[in-house]
Amino acid sequence: MNTTTTAFSADVLNIDAAAVSAVIETEIRDIVLQRLNRKGVIVAISGGIDSSVVAALCIKALGSTRVLGLILPEADSSPDSLYFANLLAQSLGLRTHLEDIAGILTAAGCYQRRDEAIRKVIPEYKDGYKCKIVLPDQVNGSAYPIFSVVVESPTGERTKTRLTLDSYLGVVAATSFKQRTRKMMEYYYADLLNYAVAGTANRLEYDQGFFVKNGDGAADLKPIAHLYKTQVYQLAESLGIPEEIQKRPPTTDTYPLDQSQEEFYFPLPYDKMDLCLYARNRDVQPEEVAPVIGLTPEQVARAYHIIDSTRRATRYLHRPAVLCEDVPEVPHDAGT
Amino acid sequence: MVLKDELRQFVTDNLMFGKPCDGFADDDSFIERGIIDSTAVMELVAFLEQRYRFKLQDRELNPDNLDSVNKLARFVASRLEPKFAAELGPGRVLLGPGPLQFAGKNGPGT
Repeated sequence: MNTTTTAFSADVLNIDAAAVSAVIETEIRDIVLQRLNRKGVIVAISGGIDSSVVAALCIKALGSTRVLGLILPEADSSPDSLYFANLLAQSLGLRTHLEDIAGILTAAGCYQRRDEAIRKVIPEYKDGYKCKIVLPDQVNGSAYPIFSVVVESPTGERTKTRLTLDSYLGVVAATSFKQRTRKMMEYYYADLLNYAVAGTANRLEYDQGFFVKNGDGAADLKPIAHLYKTQVYQLAESLGIPEEIQKRPPTTDTYPLDQSQEEFYFPLPYDKMDLCLYARNRDVQPEEVAPVIGLTPEQVARAYHIIDSTRRATRYLHRPAVLCEDVPEVPHDAGT
Repeated sequence: MVLKDELRQFVTDNLMFGKPCDGFADDDSFIERGIIDSTAVMELVAFLEQRYRFKLQDRELNPDNLDSVNKLARFVASRLEPKFAAELGPGRVLLGPGPLQFAGKNGPGT
């Protein structure tokens, strides 16, 4: 771990966005055209900040003729996502294809399997109901991170019930069809055009395993995986991403009910989470971090603990297939 | 079988996947040792509820109750007495001065 040498402040994540952007653009050109030997890049755009920035960086690096944006809505997607994705495309001059993946997901039983898993704990859950899964407040409480499901009836009545192991695994396994189907579609277009697929994870997501293995976690390059989300916003401003997209609250856009990333995964809002992750990586003491982000030292220590345990629990998501014996002729980083 | 031994067996078989547990003491924190994550907690809860026939309340799902073999044993014993022991009937659960034990061939762990 690195050791901090300067006083900790909220400014530690400030970057020279134009300079950082230029470095990434050079890297994208090198990775795509030289190391991966592909003609261009596929970027799935959700209308969120991360995919918007990746699309903009790819266009700056390769030109708009070598970048294809995919808009991949499904039955639970917010209409806002389509609006923001189109807004981005218009702003960047980005070519797009729209593929509604709801039919594929229906055929795979995604919605049906998820709903059956929910009915294990809420039997009355049926068509017309909406759902999301949520975590308890981990920073202020000592509770384990056990998910509950929140369902809303057609009349607006909400019920929250703790998920059992089999219902939780059933919901997650079924819902992961969404990210994996999107990735399948991205690679269809990549194969069709001899393009590479760009992932859109930021550092917080990459470090903490906030992705589906072989779903949104799969990509040929991940241009912003080293940047804290706070820094991604700085790039967005520098790159001229539409202000509406910059101001849009981060959302998972995975469940029918609106779900914030804090409800689903991170124990703190992204800006505080970023600072905690930065500080944790540099062994900054909780007492020094706490006043900067408006938490108590105990809460920061708890956030550190969650960072460590989540990183440990999600480590396998990053691992490629493990061989029983080494094949020295095909190194892991083959082709680079 | 002593309750604590049964719980320890569950932890080593299902949460540690049978990995060597040399030096794994009954007071060791599952969290500190990296044994438990959210899925493992749910698996533990499912085991406790099915095996010992009581429903864990949300407020009970915390490390004070579940974060070591000894904590687990104390917690289960405290919940067993009114719920499960009565169902089993007199003499099936031995609440002696030592660790909680089960007795009788229909009790858990036999």
